[in-house]
Amino acid sequence: MSLPLTVASALSDFGDGLDFLVHQRDSVAGGVQVGGAKNLPLLSEHLKVVGLSMLFAILIAVPLGLYLGHTKRGQFVASSISNVGRSVPAIALVLFFSSYLGLELKNLVFAMTLLAIPPIFTNAYVGVRQVDEDVVDAARGMGLTGVQVVRRVELPLALPLVFGGIRTSVVNVIATATLGPYVGVLTLGDPIINTSVYGDDGRIGTAILVAALAVLAEVLFAAIQRAVTPAPLRPARQGLRGLRRGRPTLAQVADTPA
Amino acid sequence: MDPDTAQAEGPSANRQAATLELRNIVKRYPGSDEPAIADLSLEVAAGEICVLVGPSGCGKTTAMRLVNRMIEPTSGDILVNGASIIDRKPSELRREIGYAIQQIGLFPHQTIAENIATVPALLGWDKRRIAERVDELMDLIGLEKAMAKRYPGQLSGGQRQRVGVARALAADPPLMLMDEPFGAIDPINRERLQNEFLRLQGEIRKTIVFVTHDIDEAIKMGDRIAILRKGGVLAQYATPAELLMAPADEFVEDFVGADRALKRLALQRVRDIDLWEAPTVRVGDPVSEARARAAATPIGHALLVDEDNRPVSWLGDGDLIGERVVHHAGGLTKVELDDVLRDALADLLQGKVMYGVVTDHGGRVAGVLSVEVISGFLNHQVAGRIDQAPAPAERLA
Amino acid sequence: MLPLLAQVKITDRNGAGQNCVQQDGFCPGWIKDHIGDYVDPLVRHLELTVVSVVAGFLIAFALAMLAHRRRWLVAPITGATGVMYTIPSLALFGILLPITGFGFVTGCIALTAYNLLVIFRNIMAGLDNVPEAAKDAATGMGMTPNQVLRQVELPLAIPEIVAGVRVATTTTVGLAALAFIAGAGGLGEPLIVNQNFKSNVVTVGVLCVLLAAVLDLLLLLAERLALPWRRVAR
Repeated sequence: MSLPLTVASALSDFGDGLDFLVHQRDSVAGGVQVGGAKNLPLLSEHLKVVGLSMLFAILIAVPLGLYLGHTKRGQFVASSISNVGRSVPAIALVLFFSSYLGLELKNLVFAMTLLAIPPIFTNAYVGVRQVDEDVVDAARGMGLTGVQVVRRVELPLALPLVFGGIRTSVVNVIATATLGPYVGVLTLGDPIINTSVYGDDGRIGTAILVAALAVLAEVLFAAIQRAVTPAPLRPARQGLRGLRRGRPTLAQVADTPA
Repeated sequence: MDPDTAQAEGPSANRQAATLELRNIVKRYPGSDEPAIADLSLEVAAGEICVLVGPSGCGKTTAMRLVNRMIEPTSGDILVNGASIIDRKPSELRREIGYAIQQIGLFPHQTIAENIATVPALLGWDKRRIAERVDELMDLIGLEKAMAKRYPGQLSGGQRQRVGVARALAADPPLMLMDEPFGAIDPINRERLQNEFLRLQGEIRKTIVFVTHDIDEAIKMGDRIAILRKGGVLAQYATPAELLMAPADEFVEDFVGADRALKRLALQRVRDIDLWEAPTVRVGDPVSEARARAAATPIGHALLVDEDNRPVSWLGDGDLIGERVVHHAGGLTKVELDDVLRDALADLLQGKVMYGVVTDHGGRVAGVLSVEVISGFLNHQVAGRIDQAPAPAERLA
Repeated sequence: MLPLLAQVKITDRNGAGQNCVQQDGFCPGWIKDHIGDYVDPLVRHLELTVVSVVAGFLIAFALAMLAHRRRWLVAPITGATGVMYTIPSLALFGILLPITGFGFVTGCIALTAYNLLVIFRNIMAGLDNVPEAAKDAATGMGMTPNQVLRQVELPLAIPEIVAGVRVATTTTVGLAALAFIAGAGGLGEPLIVNQNFKSNVVTVGVLCVLLAAVLDLLLLLAERLALPWRRVAR
């Protein structure tokens, strides 16, 4: 097939996919209604999984990362977590935990929380560690207590990186949540995986939707990250993802979406 | 030294040093009202070290980088050996001009030998010639041959600096540019490297443009010094001695410093000033003769020497008794003909004496140096001799 | 391959009648007996990873060379590769199917697209971090811009470039477990066929980590061999 024809037919397929997002129709085997408004429960389940996993991950990883970074302990743990975690397939992890804990939402959330923790933890840890020693020293010299040093000096300066980690994890989690149907949680991944029910239109349509969600989350959190960055530290221009020039920080290198 | 006959000598050099001329150079940067260099003209004779010195922002580095077209002039011309470089291909021009900078810029991923071989390799020399040249240069900068296989990370700062100079010399360029080449080194090692380099220059006699912000280094290294003020304006272009004797204006005077008189002492050697004749006597000479000799000088003492004319002791009135001069043991302050006046003065002050016996290489008496002679020198009484101030490379010969 | 593995599993459960297997448990004995069944998917997994990383490197390298002396290109390239990096792989497989169809190629395209940002960013960072003095000296001694790039900048950027390739490689090993959805095979295939069987899930997970570790080690080794100057420097 020549290239123009490929492009034309692909565009037509994408059109059908978008149509699936808007218009309800019979499933492939018939009997069930899919598409259109029937996508909403899938979307809400998807967002629920993402929201819960992120909530737990932030509650665990941010304080832990800040604490270990503040006390300058756990360098080894921080780097191993980010390195080892990368090659474990998200789907293997999700299946593994579900096989122990059963096919339920909370078990998917448990596995995904585990996946979401490393980037946030690493960034919080690096964020605090990279705060200029002299600044911390000066703060202590002026009589700030350990807690005050964290709250008034280290946290504000580490916040951009912490949000960078959250941003990485959100995108990861949005991606990983598509694996839900494998463990009995019907997220937006269902039409992508179960083409026999939803048809090719369903697969393409939801794939576009999930991609759009991920990009949207990325842009949103990039904006938040920029907003929490003290003005003098802001890069001149900020694109979709870390346009900062120069050496990638450990945190950037540790980005590990699934 | 005579520029026309200044020719490269020694093991490493066989190319004639080049002359350099900057003609009405102007350099403007877009978006800046003030030109970085307003109108600079400068001539450097072949085989001389021309030091560009001045406060930061005076354009001295810019002026140097114009020469190998790392920076392009807005207008004006630059001539090397009388030929304009403006239409030369920059990369080819640069391969003919040695280049050494303060941060050295050795390539950390290449061995010392590979670093030194950079320009010869660019010029397409064959392997054997390159290897021979690297050997020769390692020798010249006083590094063991075994070091050639090491990487820059394994060398000390001083060693790296020497490798940087060797790399700049590799293709035997007739002209070298050096931008604060010893700037990043601690004072003690810097002094050593400066001396080493002057000794090296004594052998290779390159034409060198040397940038520094340190007037002491300029006085030490320069055959001629160009003092620049802001905007690349040439405040004075003269030999170090001229600069110290007759600063052109207040700016130069300030820049050279209030201690310029003392600095002059570092430029002159004992042999360069008029010494007093020593009233020497030997054991067995008649005492009356000895007394007459002592009285004929302001010293008032006779100098007892041995058979080889080596100084033994001063003889005062109390020592000159009887018929014949007899042996006396005693202390003397000796200085050498090759000592710079600064060091000689220091020796006299340390010995708490007014007079020092000057000896030559064989330890034989060559005359007497007095504090009065030095103070006379400081009072411009020897102004007529300034042109004979030796070239830096000779000062350390 | 899919039906075959399913059969293997069924015969096993009936034939051996092991309690552990019947309960979908973690059974070292079963793993020992059936590890051979994972060889083909593992090889395919390796192929997916190597092809994607090599292709990703080549494209990112070309992009980096384009952008190196044209800094204004850095932002749009980072933006575009950033979007590819952000799109979930599962979604990207789905989006690619109408264009490239089922198979190995689709899997590779998605995984390659995912690698571009990390490798591109590291190449640029590596080039940016080359000491200014080394570049100045190289130019001052008469190297042309291309000679500076080849003889000074790229060799000195190797550590960071390799770091980027290592991150890309380990990540790709993990991501390739989803390539079966695009019909590209890999270790995800046996994983999903027997998705509730812990022995199976653990075996696939461990194989992925081992594969990543071996590839990472090889890259590390290659880097050390290629960079004698890094070994000796303080």
